[in-house]
Amino acid sequence: MTFKQAHWNEPLIIERSSEGRVGFSSPICETPTVSILPELLRKRPARLPELSETEVVRHYVRLSQENYGVDLGMYPLGSCTMKYNPKFLDKLVATPKVQDLHPLQDIDSVQGILRILYDLSQWLAEIVGLDKVSLQPAAGAHGEFTGAMIMRAHHRRNGDLEKRDELIVPDSAHGTNPASAAMAGFKVVEIPSSREGCVDLQALRSSLSPRTAGLMLTNPNTLGIFEAGISEIAKLVHDAGGLLYYDGANLNAMLGKAKPGRMGFDIVHINIHKTFATPHGGGGPGSGPIAVTKQLERFLPVPTVERTDRAYYLEFDCPESVGKITSFWGNAAVLVRAYAYILMMGRDGLEEVADISALNANYLAKRLSEIRGLELPFPGKFRKHEFVLSAARMAHETGVTAAHLSKRLLDFGIHAPTVYFPLIVEEAMMIEPTETVSKQELDETVTAFSKASAEAYTNPDVVRNAPRNTSVTRIDEARASHPKTMRLTWAHKAESA
Amino acid sequence: MSETHPYIPNSAASIKAEMLHEIGVRDVETLFADIPESIRKNSALKLHDSVSEMEARLQVEDLLSRNVSTRDITSFLGGGVWPHYVPAAVDEIVSRSEFLTSYTPYQPEISQGMLQAMFEYQSMVAELMGMEYANSSLYDWATALGEAARMASRVTGRDEFVVPHYIQPDRLQTLKTFSEPAGIRILEVRQDRRTGAILDNDLQQKISSKTAGVYIETPSYLGFFQADVKRIGDVAHEKGALFIVGADPISLGLFASPGELGADIAIGEGQPLGNHMNYGGPLLGLFACRGERLLRQIPGRLIGMTVTKDGSSKAFTMVLQTREQHIRREKATSNICTNEALCALAAAAYLSLMGPRGLERLDKIILGNSNYAMRELERLNGVKAPLFEAQHFKEFVVGFEGTGLSASHINAKLLQRGIQGGIPLHHQFPELGQSALCCVTELHTRESIDRLVAATRAILEER
Repeated sequence: MTFKQAHWNEPLIIERSSEGRVGFSSPICETPTVSILPELLRKRPARLPELSETEVVRHYVRLSQENYGVDLGMYPLGSCTMKYNPKFLDKLVATPKVQDLHPLQDIDSVQGILRILYDLSQWLAEIVGLDKVSLQPAAGAHGEFTGAMIMRAHHRRNGDLEKRDELIVPDSAHGTNPASAAMAGFKVVEIPSSREGCVDLQALRSSLSPRTAGLMLTNPNTLGIFEAGISEIAKLVHDAGGLLYYDGANLNAMLGKAKPGRMGFDIVHINIHKTFATPHGGGGPGSGPIAVTKQLERFLPVPTVERTDRAYYLEFDCPESVGKITSFWGNAAVLVRAYAYILMMGRDGLEEVADISALNANYLAKRLSEIRGLELPFPGKFRKHEFVLSAARMAHETGVTAAHLSKRLLDFGIHAPTVYFPLIVEEAMMIEPTETVSKQELDETVTAFSKASAEAYTNPDVVRNAPRNTSVTRIDEARASHPKTMRLTWAHKAESA
Repeated sequence: MSETHPYIPNSAASIKAEMLHEIGVRDVETLFADIPESIRKNSALKLHDSVSEMEARLQVEDLLSRNVSTRDITSFLGGGVWPHYVPAAVDEIVSRSEFLTSYTPYQPEISQGMLQAMFEYQSMVAELMGMEYANSSLYDWATALGEAARMASRVTGRDEFVVPHYIQPDRLQTLKTFSEPAGIRILEVRQDRRTGAILDNDLQQKISSKTAGVYIETPSYLGFFQADVKRIGDVAHEKGALFIVGADPISLGLFASPGELGADIAIGEGQPLGNHMNYGGPLLGLFACRGERLLRQIPGRLIGMTVTKDGSSKAFTMVLQTREQHIRREKATSNICTNEALCALAAAAYLSLMGPRGLERLDKIILGNSNYAMRELERLNGVKAPLFEAQHFKEFVVGFEGTGLSASHINAKLLQRGIQGGIPLHHQFPELGQSALCCVTELHTRESIDRLVAATRAILEER
């Protein structure tokens, strides 16, 4: 495996600017010139680059070569489900029939896309085993916030919102869970995990009280382990008067295997960009629909997509709704892709996704845990979509940490796992291969880890000084965030500058 | 499945067997054996069977072909997303799969391309808004407003937020959803029915020592500008409140920036900058601010420019991550994780193509076209355009009160003539009577505006 990422040393685009150039061919103005009140005029023009189209395209294509994506290779970033994004999905939405639709168009003119959104809602409800879906949240965390707002509405309706102000979150939860709970006005009660990395039932029991609004959980958890006691957990929370929220980040291996609704969850968000193969876009856009039980339907954000015998429409008349959560109806261009993906995969394809994502994770876990210095904590349990390795032994024996190791993987053209998460594992490396990688790629990944391990025990500096083959070598992060040297824009002068 | 699936290479039987052997289990089902039977038995998906890519594509294309897009008919809808031309180079740049299929740059050394592009995006948004800093995107304008109100409340320790009466309904509702759990009260300040100007005495009444922030839009939701925005900011500052300005970024090649108007926080919808309307999403929440105090409270990702440890090269990385949910958890400034990076990339590419001159030229065209449409509609009997006496850009209210016809009736008749009229406003703003918010951009030719006018005239004469 040889990998050498491009390094163009591409200047900032503003540094390429030459006065008088423009990359925009202006249409002729056919209408009379209008004068503007002087006080409304911009006084100082924005310092934007002045470039031809050729220069702009070259700049960004060069930058793209300094960026690693799923299409280039293994991207085992745990809990992010970096699976391959089928190309036809992108082609399908690159049409005026999606791109040039305005959300307020006459309802008769958008029957095609409304049907897609309606059917997608139905499919998602079936997949997670709940009754009704809202497609509006723009991302998983947005779905969490919406879900927490629904809990709020539920308890308010029961007249005990004042009292129920605590949301319980395990210490192994994604950071968005406590952040979303707090945004929705709840106090966050963190409970420790058990020695097996699962919910500590004793800790859960002792945190449940009349103040409990609910529990936020992923299942499988961040270790990739299925919470076998989930039905008991659900019963405990429900008996205490709380609701159960499912973080859908870890849904991939559950498709057709276990439905969150059947596990006892009342509210679920689905990360469309993870489980349903839409591109992550360098950080977004994603889409984070939520699904709820019949009892909670009334609280879903407005509008919902509905149908009569003859037509599809948007329903705004929901008096108990939590209200609006976004400008319009959700990330439609992402959702149309998900519709096409599920349409193609079907029942059998989605179950195959679950099967092979678990097969790949368990295979890789087995192979990697045999490497010197690495171990699989909580052994003896099969993993689902992902697993967490510990590099603690390597760190103690050689000084090479999970962070060093992950940087060395970059040198082999493999994206690093999620590191130092969850916090319950020392020197954690969270690995999610997904179903879309081949055995050959998994074996190459094993080879890369083995090589890095051998280096750690013989020539640790090679690992500690990695990466060398990426566009740039190790970055001075301290300087980046230090108030005296931080630069956030090209105009921003750091204090010392 | 008997065949290998195109995206699932290890579904081939021999490979599967080899891998199962390595794991030491007989079949894949064993990997799921720890799921309790009560859950497992009800897990089968009641969905259709898989189909080929070709079949799926044709079927989805068939459904989509039933949509009538704004290319098929002439549309005058705006009000939150707007039709603008997207240069082909922008679409090409955001289709680069190295960008498209990457994720949040947690590993900066291998993600310099997106990081540099986001640093440049932040720089361009800050420039355009006339602010010091910008984050690298929020979901949309509505959630940016929600975040701005919460940030103002955190910074000032106060819990009232003042907004103008004429604001987009979904934006206002989203603001309320975001504000309620934080205990922030939203107060609407009245606007002059004739000019749209914020009523000074009402403003004085609504602003107090409890005010966390005062929010103004330029141009307003209804397309008009108000001349005294700066003064409103002064009033806010006198009372110790933050001043938040929402702007249509595409207007900022010509019109005063939020920074020039005295804003502490500037927000807006970035969709007009090289992003398609896409039936209302994905969108792009712009968020900028100034001052160290506000920077520490900003929601969302920030990218900074630094150097490599060996000093050999400039380099980019995420900064001030201690504000964010993956570090700070429930104490984070926001819960946002996945953002709208690709839409931000489109905006950066768009602004790079336009430059200050291109944007100014485009603004003059939009200004010319929209004002031409107002003037021509105003000639019609009983029609008032614009309804507000003020400078307008891109959008304006057409009053139909004098025609005796309702805006929905006129829209229905326009549709029969292949024209999608503006947004009827009487539900949200009954005091405006029968009226519609009309949007005219560079995509509207003089001929298409003339058709709107002729069609409206014909409808009025049909009566």
